[in-house]
Amino acid sequence: MTTTGGPRLLVIACGAIAREVLAVVRLNGWDNVTLRCLPGKLHNTPQWIAGRVDEKLREAEAEGGWERVFVAYGDCGTGGALDRVVAAHGVQRLPGDHCYAFFAGVDDWLELHQAEPRTFYLTDFLCRHFDTFVVKGLRLDTHPELLPAYFGNYVRLVYLAQTGTPALRRKAREAAAYLGLSLEVRETGYGDLRPALERQAAAVGGERP
Amino acid sequence: MPEEQEEIVLSELPDEELVKQMHDDLYDGLADEIVEGTTILLDRGWGASEVLNKALVEGMRIVGIDFRDGILFVPEVLLAANAMKAGMAVLRPLLAETGAARIGKVVIGTVKGDIHDIGKNLVAMMLEGAGFEVVDLGINNPVESYLAALDEHQPDILGMSALLTTTMPYMKVVIDELVAKGIRDDYIVLVGGAPLNEEFGKAIGADAYCRDAAVAAETAQALVLSRRAAGGAG
Repeated sequence: MTTTGGPRLLVIACGAIAREVLAVVRLNGWDNVTLRCLPGKLHNTPQWIAGRVDEKLREAEAEGGWERVFVAYGDCGTGGALDRVVAAHGVQRLPGDHCYAFFAGVDDWLELHQAEPRTFYLTDFLCRHFDTFVVKGLRLDTHPELLPAYFGNYVRLVYLAQTGTPALRRKAREAAAYLGLSLEVRETGYGDLRPALERQAAAVGGERP
Repeated sequence: MPEEQEEIVLSELPDEELVKQMHDDLYDGLADEIVEGTTILLDRGWGASEVLNKALVEGMRIVGIDFRDGILFVPEVLLAANAMKAGMAVLRPLLAETGAARIGKVVIGTVKGDIHDIGKNLVAMMLEGAGFEVVDLGINNPVESYLAALDEHQPDILGMSALLTTTMPYMKVVIDELVAKGIRDDYIVLVGGAPLNEEFGKAIGADAYCRDAAVAAETAQALVLSRRAAGGAG
């Protein structure tokens, strides 16, 4: 689908899925979609996500000129706070509780998780930045004694692979070894992200999703 | 060039300063220093309960406030909790020996489908610090586990924890089962976890939602005492 010029779609996304959003934009050849990201590190402090998204939405409203604005976040640990923000601004967000759910597909993820709740998930982004977000983000680099407190209840690591490059697969193996978990790789591609963005793009210019 | 800090010798500090230093050490997650400070206060004739309340519980209360306000994060809280645990390991046998009266008993656990227990463990620790006997059921508890534990331990309080929006509704399953069995009012039900709020707690029929471990301990104390004053359970 090519939607050259005309009305514009603004996507406010978590930095942790920026690559994937841009990949979907490229795959569809859209040139009227603008992506703005919040730092992916908010993943570790979800209590701040709703407020930061609210700021971005207010900025967009103050600018004007957007035909449509979409929030590319799941609930992401905000406990419904993000839903209240998007509802207040009359916009929508991605389906599911978090990126694991919308990459795996919300229903598939639920099934996967119910089959083994003691599962820790990685995406391409989290594989790529495992050291920064997990090891250093949780201060395991300086306090390895905290490892059992964080991961003692987990038995499995599932790498939900968007691209699944050999380098990322290697990183997933290293992460599983570091955490002492078994590894399973699931090829998800962009999962529910692609149709969700396509619905938003289709709604620009008058159609409704 | 920064001025070189003079090393603090805990044993040389007067009691009041030592307790303040222990609050700082707890904040910084310094387990060895907490053990040392605890031992010094005991050697000076402090009772185990006094050390627990004034040095450790108060220190964790400060940590809890800064966690709530976004100044500290989970790793720092875990390190502080480890330091408190180290201090409690010194105090626990003394508390048992002196036969310090327990304020009440709590059965606590993370609900079915949920394996997250960092918050629940902090709550259990703070409840113990507040004088409760804590029966920790661990993670992933179906309703049957809660019912069996209530039957076996006859606690004053049932505490349930969940981190996931997909698992928090299970708290209502447990409460509904208590209602169905006609035993709901035998227990104070406290709920907590990151995605919960007060509204959710009320909607599922809990007695209170506790936003953090310090609040959980204060709420537990207040509700048990008020129930006893009213001549209710416990």
